[in-house]
Amino acid sequence: MDIVVLVKQVPDSGSERNLDPADNTVARGSADNVVNEIDEYAIEEALVLKEAHGGEVTVLTVGPDSAADAIRKALSMGADKAVHVVDDAIHGACAPQTSAILAAALQQMPFDIVLCGAESTDGQLSVMPALLAERLGIPQLSGARKLTVEGGVARVERQTDGGFWALEAPLPAVVSTWDTINEPRYPSFKGIMAAKKKPVEKKSLADLGIDPATVGLATATSQVIDFAGRPPKGAGVKVNDEGDGAAQLVDFLAAQKIV
Amino acid sequence: MAEVLVLVELNPTGEGVRKTTLEALTAARALGEPAAVVVGGPGSAAAAKAQLAEFGAQKVYVAESEEVDSFLVAPKAEVLARLVAEKSPAAVVIPSSPEGKEVAGRLAIKTGSGFLTDVTEIAPDGTATQVAFAGATIVHSKVTVGTPIYTVRGNSVTPEPAPGAAEEEQVAVQLSDAARATRVVDRVVEQKSSRPELTEASIVVSGGRGVASAENFSIIEALADSLGAAVGASRAAVDSGYYPHTFQVGQTGKTVSPQLYIAVGISGAIQHRAGMQTSKTIVAVNKDPEAPIFELADFGVVGDLNTVVPQATEAITARR
Repeated sequence: MDIVVLVKQVPDSGSERNLDPADNTVARGSADNVVNEIDEYAIEEALVLKEAHGGEVTVLTVGPDSAADAIRKALSMGADKAVHVVDDAIHGACAPQTSAILAAALQQMPFDIVLCGAESTDGQLSVMPALLAERLGIPQLSGARKLTVEGGVARVERQTDGGFWALEAPLPAVVSTWDTINEPRYPSFKGIMAAKKKPVEKKSLADLGIDPATVGLATATSQVIDFAGRPPKGAGVKVNDEGDGAAQLVDFLAAQKIV
Repeated sequence: MAEVLVLVELNPTGEGVRKTTLEALTAARALGEPAAVVVGGPGSAAAAKAQLAEFGAQKVYVAESEEVDSFLVAPKAEVLARLVAEKSPAAVVIPSSPEGKEVAGRLAIKTGSGFLTDVTEIAPDGTATQVAFAGATIVHSKVTVGTPIYTVRGNSVTPEPAPGAAEEEQVAVQLSDAARATRVVDRVVEQKSSRPELTEASIVVSGGRGVASAENFSIIEALADSLGAAVGASRAAVDSGYYPHTFQVGQTGKTVSPQLYIAVGISGAIQHRAGMQTSKTIVAVNKDPEAPIFELADFGVVGDLNTVVPQATEAITARR
């Protein structure tokens, strides 16, 4: 089975993140860059599929040179090889443009299933599987908390408010995973050493047959006009509970006309 | 005045539309005359029409068919794409549920348009407001290509009634093979609850690691019930097995923006703040006076949640 897993490098959500005032794109220097957390669950699921069905796991990422670190992490967990689409013209690309790049890269490789995380911690759009499915004309099975593949059919439990939807589609398909689907493995020392020797193929937009003028900030389908830090909240009231903390809390709610 | 298509999110229980639809109709009025689009099984539009008229729908496009609910996301995008081509609307506005965002994305590709997700406000010139990076940054954006598509984040727009004619127009549903790719075999409800849904509730009471056990979450539930609130949980509480993942607030969970958010035994890590920072009023109960949640709180009680919360529940119940 040919398994492709999409990985995105994002600024660490645990640190201070910013947009770059120069061009309103995500500032990559302001926080540590890490693998998008939920992507690790997609990588794990890819490895589980490979263990059950055989085949190969290929990591695919679009991003600047620094995204090589994200690739290395996926390879050290056990993925076999990687494709890194890197091109200065991509800077500032919107989601539809990024989906066009990913779709073009996927069309140059064999795949039975494409896995990705259900959401990135920076953009939080949760739409990439839908965009890729639309572009490639393949089924989307998004938001999975459980995945099984059998006889060329993928079955997913799509997590919903208060339950799940059982989804079913023939392969090839694109599947996104939540962090409820598995427990990602830690890279072993052996895995980290082996990752250094695994092949990483770099591709430019030209390699994918994409005109650089159709991609990037200048031609993005949406533009950030301006941004600002959220005004800090005025300091609230803090009381120590000395027997009447609850009463004071309820008085506050009453003053707000909530109770 | 130009038409603005608004995708209707039907109530899964079959009773009319979800509140998110009324919010989307209200937001759409900034851009033109709302035209509601109902994609669902036969009879869906009839059940929704009165509410759509009350909240300003001048037209109701009725795309009903037995099979649209049998497939994921794609049928709705296909119906909307046909309407965009035929009616040349000024914009498309969609409630920002997981499905709504995916419909917006597929529609953007089909129509060669840009889209903006989780907007909290739409200005008459089409500029949308979004909240980024765990609520720390407010961004203004504009779609620059095609027919602008917006998804409106729940609880960020207050639904305001405005009479509309709700004139019905039937839309033929002919799904392509691509729209039939992913079959929805079953819809399973695991947690039946009389409480409001987390993302729609006007009050949310959440518990964190400080609640200390699954059994003890009953005091969170009791406070929530005294206020008619939804129950949420921090990731630490979910990871510890105290409460189901469905109720997780924060990054990798739900984003809520209620009138009142009560955080109990939650320290306020950035991953949690990502999901609740835009709540109108925030109340915190925590035994650690240094907990970062107090930086956000309009009112905080430093104390033992096991005494403060039941006392508060009792006092609120007594006032009712």
